[in-house]
Amino acid sequence: MMLWEVDIYPASGEPDRAGQAVVAAAGQRGFAPGELRVAAAHGYLVQGALESGQIERIARDLLVDSVVERSLIGAAGEARLSDPHAAALDASAKWQLVYVLPKPGVMDPVAQSTLSAIADLQLTADAVRTFRKYWVAGKGVSRLETLCSQVLANDAIEQVVVGPLPFDHLELGTPYQFQLVTIPLRSLNDDQLVGLSREGQLYLNLAEMRTIQAHFRELGRDPSDIELETLAQTWSEHCSHKTLAGRIAYRGPEGTRTFGNMLKETIFAATQSIRQSLGANDWCVSVFADNAGIVRFDDENNVAFKVETHNHPSALEPYGGANTGIGGVIRDTLGTGLGAKPVCNTDVFCFAPPETPPAAVPPGALHPRRVIQGVVAGVRDYGNRMGIPTVNGAIYFDPRYVGNPLVYCGSVGIIPRDKSFKKPEPNDYIVALGGHTGRDGIHGATFSSGELTHESESLSGGAVQIGNAITEKMLLDVILQARDRGLYHAITDCGAGGFSSAVGEMGEHIGAEVWLDRAPVKYEGLSYTEIWISEAQERMVLSVGADQWPDFAQLAASEGVSATIIGQFVSGGRLQLKYDGQLVGELSMEFLHGGRPPVVREAVYEVPPSRELAYSGLAGRDLGAALKQILSSLDVASKHWVIRQYDHEVQGGSVVKPLVGAHNDGPSDAAVLRPVLSSQRAIVVGCGMNPRYGEFDTYHMAASAIDEAVRNCIAVGADPTRIAILDNFCWGNTDRPQTLGSLVRAALACHDVAVTLQTPFISGKDSLNNEFRYVDREGKQQVISIPPSLLISALGQIDDASQAVTMDFKKPGSAIYLVGATRDELGGSQLSHIWELSGGRVPQVDAALAKRTFAAVHSAIAAGFVQACHDLSEGGLAVALAEMAFAGALGATVDLATVPNELAAGPGRDVVLLFSESNTRFLCEVAPHHCERFERLLSGLPHARVGQVTAEPALVVNSGRTLVFTADTNELKAAWQAPLDWN
Amino acid sequence: MAQPRVLILRAPGTNCDGEAVHAFERAGGLVERWHVNQLLAAPAKLAGFQILCLPGGFSYGDDIAAGRILANQIRQRLAEQLQEFKAQGKLILGICNGFQVLLKSGVLLPSDAKGAAPATLAWNDSGRFEDRWVPLATSGMRSVFFAGIDRMYLPVAHAEGRFVPRDARAFAQLEAAGQLVLRYGSSPLSGSASLQPATAYPDNPNGSLGDVAGVCDETGRVCGLMPHPERNIEPTHHPQWTRRERGALGDGLRVFQNAVSYFG
Repeated sequence: MMLWEVDIYPASGEPDRAGQAVVAAAGQRGFAPGELRVAAAHGYLVQGALESGQIERIARDLLVDSVVERSLIGAAGEARLSDPHAAALDASAKWQLVYVLPKPGVMDPVAQSTLSAIADLQLTADAVRTFRKYWVAGKGVSRLETLCSQVLANDAIEQVVVGPLPFDHLELGTPYQFQLVTIPLRSLNDDQLVGLSREGQLYLNLAEMRTIQAHFRELGRDPSDIELETLAQTWSEHCSHKTLAGRIAYRGPEGTRTFGNMLKETIFAATQSIRQSLGANDWCVSVFADNAGIVRFDDENNVAFKVETHNHPSALEPYGGANTGIGGVIRDTLGTGLGAKPVCNTDVFCFAPPETPPAAVPPGALHPRRVIQGVVAGVRDYGNRMGIPTVNGAIYFDPRYVGNPLVYCGSVGIIPRDKSFKKPEPNDYIVALGGHTGRDGIHGATFSSGELTHESESLSGGAVQIGNAITEKMLLDVILQARDRGLYHAITDCGAGGFSSAVGEMGEHIGAEVWLDRAPVKYEGLSYTEIWISEAQERMVLSVGADQWPDFAQLAASEGVSATIIGQFVSGGRLQLKYDGQLVGELSMEFLHGGRPPVVREAVYEVPPSRELAYSGLAGRDLGAALKQILSSLDVASKHWVIRQYDHEVQGGSVVKPLVGAHNDGPSDAAVLRPVLSSQRAIVVGCGMNPRYGEFDTYHMAASAIDEAVRNCIAVGADPTRIAILDNFCWGNTDRPQTLGSLVRAALACHDVAVTLQTPFISGKDSLNNEFRYVDREGKQQVISIPPSLLISALGQIDDASQAVTMDFKKPGSAIYLVGATRDELGGSQLSHIWELSGGRVPQVDAALAKRTFAAVHSAIAAGFVQACHDLSEGGLAVALAEMAFAGALGATVDLATVPNELAAGPGRDVVLLFSESNTRFLCEVAPHHCERFERLLSGLPHARVGQVTAEPALVVNSGRTLVFTADTNELKAAWQAPLDWN
Repeated sequence: MAQPRVLILRAPGTNCDGEAVHAFERAGGLVERWHVNQLLAAPAKLAGFQILCLPGGFSYGDDIAAGRILANQIRQRLAEQLQEFKAQGKLILGICNGFQVLLKSGVLLPSDAKGAAPATLAWNDSGRFEDRWVPLATSGMRSVFFAGIDRMYLPVAHAEGRFVPRDARAFAQLEAAGQLVLRYGSSPLSGSASLQPATAYPDNPNGSLGDVAGVCDETGRVCGLMPHPERNIEPTHHPQWTRRERGALGDGLRVFQNAVSYFG
């Protein structure tokens, strides 16, 4: 048995990109320029009975591209592999060697593929592991440890070896010795119960622990470890949403209100009332029931949408966290009904500003730049490999996201109408499909329900994973064929809680018997409990009838996908877990799903006292300069660096891309795509969010987010009577009544606005306890809580894709109309941010007016009167106008005196007209010969012709006869593109 | 024969197969989509097709390098059948990942006597995946697929698309043989005859030497290109369709029509 090492270096004359990237990243983490020289290689450890000629053949035919690479091969640990001369490095420097390898058990997709590709060469290897190899020289070597932890490796998933590799074989796991573990629960006192919950990472509170204790006292026995774990997973915040679906006593500006189930009585209730009023025209199909919400699309198909968050894993390992976040939400879509085909993805992120000084990053948190790069790469590599276009998103920046970034991932799928519901049948086999089970991701569900601390990295390493997109793509290929051939009765994804949640949920109304020893594992040594709760990625659970199984198994085998019977749904309402024929756990479905003691929480909301924004002192400021500064603020600036890394056109249905205009670089309001290539019917995907408004009133923050998500869809042509929305609440610790109160207040707004707009919520998800705890340099406990962060995602539809419009100005001489009234609403605005103003009024929504406005703008677009349309959001009129102009490579002249408004006369009027972020406003470009008919459609609504499109690349802003400012649109565009134009 | 049979060959991780099917159907082909396992189990069945298309995606995750593992499978297990397919005057098209596979398997350009490949597709100069539209110009009359096409506007979406010849001699040979059939750049024949790109980033999106975006074999019937013609078929595919005359079909359709009408 040999362990071979194959090192691969760039060939002479080829750039060393990995080495350059390390130097650049080190520069951002405080290493001085010139302090470091880095040469990088990557390679493979190949274990097996292979002779040197064979490993050379593997290298030549498979691993190395001799046009651009050169290799060095030896037995692991052989001296020449750690000899800088052999690596052809500059002999005058003193080089330090560092290896970075995935920790044992961490997903290594390339190693897996290499192993099977070696078999294609008719050779046999037993194990493969990939690594990266760095040679480091210069003064910076004195801080090698910092370099390793901050730049070269992430301790959560990788191990660092300084110097030659110290091992001569790869660990493959050791056989598991069965031993039933029983927890002496019945005899514990309260302190011990709390201690057990904490030490076992169960994250159950005392009341829950007592309930479980009482249950087992009644049964007259102690629970096994697997029973306790099953309850902890199923009762976790992540799986059961016990806080928001629980009892809440709320006291707020609306008065007091007691909820039995807060979500049900606000957001779900809004949808129920909308569906009732739609009557026979109800186009909702399945809401808040399945893994994703489903609405009607056309005569053959429905469309499903789900948005998830993956915040805590992304904080610890940004690449893997985002990777598995997108992988997880795709499985949600795939596990909806009998399986929806994913047609596009969305992603929205919240980060701390990338320019945060390294010293200002609290201990235990990763630098925001590293988080941003990792998260974007994680979404990119997974989404692109899955062949699902990532078409819509947004990024928000706030220092409070430093320890707890937010990663929202969404997935839209299309599903035949007759495949939109599922029902497992008694005696169906429980089938595990896809990836094998490993020790990765143990305790993800319970961990994500707790807060992050500076110790999370070491405590919860097992909850951080790397995904393998191709395994999931293969899963997708099999599922869609099996669905269309009718080869199963039900399907769900294996996400948080692993098999325990998937089987527990699917068998809730039947009962299930599970044979844990049959589950295929990645390596030996897993205990029955580990198999049961592992959250290893890329797995689905299906309910397959005995008559369906032969065809199903054959189909899976033909695509090289693992399908294994791991149990059976058996009537009787009991969950029975067996290992090698022995009963290791038995719970009643009734207790598992209904036994949790109700959570009762206090919630309080007081609207923070409002302060008028002081306009004195603002007079005479350069508003053109303010516009430029807002365009180059992080929230507004172009996100092309991110967008272009995503394949946003795969599947061939793209209609309106994320970047549009004369040079394909203007910011589109929403994405439009045709999910069925033979049809012109299109879906529209947009979003809305504004964490800055939460400081003023979370009611108006939520209302604004809904208005923004809907108007983004309207702006590209979506039909307002067919827009469905989703909520994702990311909040701080809701044990604090004030924090929970701010969330309830937002949920009440969701109800009110949705009902008035007749825009139903169809799915939602919450992530609570987004706080970061650490000990500062003076030894004091500190907590950073994120701002209330409600994302509203919108799914719209257009009858005919060719009716879509984009936001770029099309033609000089067109009229520019502003639709919607401008109010004095600069509170939380981008202008307040750059001018560091506090106070002011937060934008509110007049939902009844919004409904009429959306309908009118839509009818004008559908009639073909609108050549370009853009919504007004961050930065108000000024930013929207600038974006439309530079996207069209044109200019515009506007007169602020014509802007429809509800302002009192006084100082600062032009500032408000330009930068107020009042909701429900659009800029529309209308050809002169359509103006009259356009105006007729808008009659009775606030609107006015405010200017016209010009050929010169300049914005000319007047107020009556006074020139307010002029700006060169090329310069504005450059300012907008610069901040996030990363390499 | 009026309607040629087209085989779209997919592997784990292939993901542009659906739109490739659509494009060939739009062009009038009779299209089937097979998993590579299906062909490996019955390689002789390849003979029933006239056109073979390897679409885009990430075959086997692009693990090790883009297209490498599928290329290895083809080299080890399908080389004979593909030789036969070529010898019978049939067509092979590789798009994006399919181009990477054709090049790395030796199907497109044969290796020299020492087994050295004449060219490869390496990491983009930018070091990352990029999706953007680029102007393209065809060069010479060699390729069946680009007959009658001077220019196209198509998207690229890849991380490993930088065309790198083994050396200046290998490049000169391909150039002299008229096999460097598609170049990044806006005017016909703007592609430089030298190794150095004449088109700057982003129009040359990956730093390809000689601005090379597509290559054909010595017969012109086997062709690979990095850009995606199947993503510019319908009137609403063009990124500026809202600024242009409505209803115009996309530039890419012609590539598929050329392939289908070759058998007309």
